[in-house]
Amino acid sequence: MIIPRVPVQHRRLLPDRRLSGPTPWVIAILMMLTLLAAAAGVGLSRSANAIGSAIAGRVTVQIVTANPVTRAEQAAALRRAAAAQPFVLSARAVDREELQATMGQWFGSADGDDPVLHSLPLPALVDIDFVGEDRSGHMEQLRALVAAEAPGARIIPHAEWLGPVARLIGSLAWIAGGLVLLMTLASAAVVIMTARAALGTHFATIEMLHLIGATDRQITRLFQRRIAIDTAYGIALGSVVAAAILLLIGWQWAGITSGLAATASLGPTGWALLLALPLLAIALAALTARQTLLAALKKIL
Amino acid sequence: MVEFDGVGLRYGPDAEVLCDISFNLQPGSFYFLTGPSGAGKTSLLKMLYLAQRPSRGIVRLFGEDLVNMPRPRLPGFRRRIGVVFQDFRLIPHLSARDNIALPLRIAGVSEEDLSGPVGEMLSWIGLGDRADARPATLSGGEQQRVAIARAVIARPQLLVADEPTGNVDPEMAMRLLGLFEALNRLGTTVVVATHDVHLISRIENAQMMRLEKGRLADPTGALRYPPANRA
Ligand SMILES: Nc1ncnc2c1ncn2[C@@H]1O[C@H](COP(=O)(O)OP(=O)(O)OP(=O)(O)O)[C@@H](O)[C@H]1O
Ligand SMILES: [Mg+2]
Repeated sequence: MIIPRVPVQHRRLLPDRRLSGPTPWVIAILMMLTLLAAAAGVGLSRSANAIGSAIAGRVTVQIVTANPVTRAEQAAALRRAAAAQPFVLSARAVDREELQATMGQWFGSADGDDPVLHSLPLPALVDIDFVGEDRSGHMEQLRALVAAEAPGARIIPHAEWLGPVARLIGSLAWIAGGLVLLMTLASAAVVIMTARAALGTHFATIEMLHLIGATDRQITRLFQRRIAIDTAYGIALGSVVAAAILLLIGWQWAGITSGLAATASLGPTGWALLLALPLLAIALAALTARQTLLAALKKIL
Repeated sequence: MVEFDGVGLRYGPDAEVLCDISFNLQPGSFYFLTGPSGAGKTSLLKMLYLAQRPSRGIVRLFGEDLVNMPRPRLPGFRRRIGVVFQDFRLIPHLSARDNIALPLRIAGVSEEDLSGPVGEMLSWIGLGDRADARPATLSGGEQQRVAIARAVIARPQLLVADEPTGNVDPEMAMRLLGLFEALNRLGTTVVVATHDVHLISRIENAQMMRLEKGRLADPTGALRYPPANRA
C-alpha cells in the first residue's frame, strides 16, 4: 500500500536513477525542519503548561506594617489562619534569612552579612497555594482573611507577572505547530511536483503501457513505489540529522539543568510524536503520490 | 468484430480529419488500408486500437460500444489488440527481450511461462543473439521487427499494423507479412496500413480499404455490408 510490491521485471520499466533528482534532498531538509519545529512545539507547550499550573493557584501576601514586631505577629497569624482554611492547600511564611539571601544576590553579598542589607526594612511574605482551580472565589475569601489578620497587606497573584511569560511560551508553541503544518503542506507539494514531473518524463512509456493494456493501477504502483522509496530516503536522512541535533541540544541542556532533564523534557508523548512523524510522512508522501498519479492518468485515454 | 458507423474524427476545432467512416470488419479477415500520406490512415487505426475516441458516430469492438465505454474497461480490450506503431514506440531503456515480453508481463503471465515464447519469437525475427540489446543500438529494421514481435506475442484477436514494413528490406517484409498471414490463419483479424503494392498483391484473400482525404472509398458497399452479413 505504502511502498507497493512490483515484480522485478516491471521495475525495469522505469530507468534506475535513484537519488539523482533533488526530491530526496528537499524532503530531507523539510523533514529535518519539521521534526525540529515539532520538538520545539512539544517542549514549549510542556513548559508553558508546567509554568501555568505552577503559578495558577499561588499568591504571595506582602505585609509592610512599619513595626517589625507587629509585622512578624501579623505574618504568623495570617499563616496560621490561612492554613486552617479549606480553600488553602498550603501556607508558608518566607523566612527572613531566605529573603535576605535573595536580596543579597542583588546587593552583591550572597551571605547576607551586608550591614546595609540588614538595615533594610524587608516586608514579611506569606506564600499561599490555593486548592483547585477556582481562583476568583478563593481570592475574595483570602482578601477578607487578610483584611482581618493583616490590614493593609498586598496580595500578589503569581499569574500576574509570570502569566505573560507563560502566554508567550504558549504562543511560541502554537507557532511551532503552525510551522509543522506548513512544512507538511510544502512536503506534500514537493511530492506532487515530483509525481507530475515523473509522469512528464516517462509519458511515452506510460502511453505505451496504456496501449498494451496496462491498468492505471499497474502504472500507479510502479511510480508510487519509486517515489515512496525516494522520499523514504529523504525522510530517513532528515530524521537522522534532526535526531542528532535534538540529542546535542539535549546533552547541552543536561549540562545546564543536570541530569537527563532536557531529553526527558519532551515527555513520552512528545518522543512518540517525533517518532511517529517520519512514518506518517512516508505514508502521506505515498498516498499523495498515488492520488496525483491516478488523477493525472485519468486525463489520458 | 469491428464496426464503424458514421464515424467522424477531428483534432481540436479544425475540420474533420475523418468523415462518415462506415465499415464492418469480419472476424478472421485480412485488410489492407491504403491511401495517400495524410489521408488519415493512422488516425483511423488509432480509433481501432483505442488510442482515440471518435468525435461522432458509433464504434463497436468485439460486440461492445466503445464510444461510451468507461475508462476502467479499456485495458481489458486493449489486451486483445496487438499494435505495430508507425514509429515503433519501443521502450528505450528496455532490452529487445523485455520489450517483446511486455504485453505478457502486463497481462500477468509468469516469467517461466513467457521465457519460452519470447525466446522463440526472438530467434524467429532473427534477433536471437541481440536479445539484450537496447532499441537505440538496433537498426531501424531490427527495431521494427521487435515492434512487430511485441504486437503479436500475446496472440491478439485483432492485429493493427501501421506501415509495418517501411524500414525492412523486401525479403524481410515478405517474411513479416508471412507472420501476419500465419496469425490470420489462426483466427486473428489483421488490419495493415501500407503503401507497399507488392505486399498487397501477396495476400490472396485480403480486402482493400482505401482512404482519400478522410473518406473511405466503398464503391460496392462491401466494406459496410460484408457478404457474410448481408443475408
Ligand atoms: N494529433 C493530431 N493533432 C492534429 N492533427 C493531426 C493529429 N494527428 C494527425 N493529424 C492530422 O490528421 C491528418 C491525417 O493524419 P494521419 O497521420 O492519420 O495520416 P496518414 O494517412 O497516417 O499519413 P501517413 O501515410 O503519412 O502516415 C493529417 O492532416 C494530420 O495533419
Ligand atoms: Mg500514418
